[in-house]
Amino acid sequence: MAKDSYIYAVARIRSHELQLLNAAFMEQLLAAPDEAGCLRLLSEHGWGTPDMSAEQMLDGETEKTWELIRELVGDLSVFHVFLYENDYHNLKAAIKEACTGGRHPGIYVENSVFPACMLEEAVESRSFGDLPEHMREPAERAMDTLLSTRDGQLCDCIIDRAALCAIRKAGAETGSELLALYGELTAAIGDIKTAVRALRTGKSLEFLRTSLAPCATLDEARLSEAAESMEALVAYLDTTIYADAVPELEKSPAAFECWCDNYLIRRIRPQLSNSFGIDPLAAYILARRMEIRSVRIILTGKRNDMAESLIRGRVRETYV
Amino acid sequence: MASMGIFFALAGAACAALMAGIGSAIGVGKAGQAAAGVVTEDPAKFSKVLILQLLPGTQGIYGLLIAFITLTQIGIMGGDANLSAVKGLLYFAACMPMAFVGLISAIQQANAAVSAIALVSKKPDQFGKSMIFPAMVETYAILALLVSILSIFGIAGLAV
Repeated sequence: MAKDSYIYAVARIRSHELQLLNAAFMEQLLAAPDEAGCLRLLSEHGWGTPDMSAEQMLDGETEKTWELIRELVGDLSVFHVFLYENDYHNLKAAIKEACTGGRHPGIYVENSVFPACMLEEAVESRSFGDLPEHMREPAERAMDTLLSTRDGQLCDCIIDRAALCAIRKAGAETGSELLALYGELTAAIGDIKTAVRALRTGKSLEFLRTSLAPCATLDEARLSEAAESMEALVAYLDTTIYADAVPELEKSPAAFECWCDNYLIRRIRPQLSNSFGIDPLAAYILARRMEIRSVRIILTGKRNDMAESLIRGRVRETYV
Repeated sequence: MASMGIFFALAGAACAALMAGIGSAIGVGKAGQAAAGVVTEDPAKFSKVLILQLLPGTQGIYGLLIAFITLTQIGIMGGDANLSAVKGLLYFAACMPMAFVGLISAIQQANAAVSAIALVSKKPDQFGKSMIFPAMVETYAILALLVSILSIFGIAGLAV
């Protein structure tokens, strides 16, 4: 769609950006005595009602974001890059449900491109041809692997790799610089996480080679070879654009994830002054996702009586 | 060949009105979309964004003015409509600054107006400043208008 087609949508988003949580509000949440105090502050800000549970409130906010975007854009296909994650989660759930037998309510997530029931039916009847093209081969392979080896982790890796490939491809196909960046970062960060996990669990080089998704900012072959030791991994990452993430990666996986989210927020922040194209809308979706993530971290921390400093270290930077 | 003079002059007048008008129509349309977006969320900002929406509309008026002056000068609106081909081409050339600058400046002014509308949606108290940015683009439309007017009036006195 032409850049000018989104002028109305971007103007509306500009008004909605005023409602985004800023750093000062995050401080208020951190200073709240308990979870109930946080929920009260959030409901005063327009997030649900005070009688809602934390999960209801957060799910409601996610739904509100997508409702708004649906209203503004109509055809959500350009934002499939954000939804594939949920689709592949549902595919993973459907495969595991089909292999273990029985129904497990609540394992599927909403806001996906394809209805979860469609994936469930296709997997259950092993009609992989009914699945979207990019899911067919990995779904069949993951199911066969799970049935023959009972290795859930390997099954997850096959699906996760396919998800990263689909997200990266969808991002690149939109023609939007920001969505392409999102796809690339998601794939690269996913690969780094897989490499670290494989290193910690002592997985083979062969396993890594089949688990890493292709991306432009990382060399999969070098990354899988570097995953033999933390030193080699750090040395390789130091040569990439993810060098700044190395200290965080050495600290903990949570610190690394926080760095990734903050890096993305910094990269999308210029969209605050862009009035044209799809990018400001994509940036808004990401900003909402990040603030919901931050609120979830704060609420979970408060619920579990975690120290404020510990929670603060995991809260993401804000978009506004 | 003498009859071609009036054709060239008329073509110049038509281009000035057409191109500047097209630019303004595109510009006002773009700014209107942004204004509608802001008013959807906050109807109280209607008057502020309306002014910003109208800014790219002036080029169309300038184009009309140039076309009108040209038509008066060449005798189409009354008087002797006999022009040499050279004089007709001179009128054509005189209309071009307004035609081209009108078209481009209206579209560029609209881009600035869309951003100014976004500014007003977030900071309504900055309305005065937000108006300055698209208004700066107007300078070049006014310069083109001046050149076209001076040229058209100057051609009348030339013995060609």
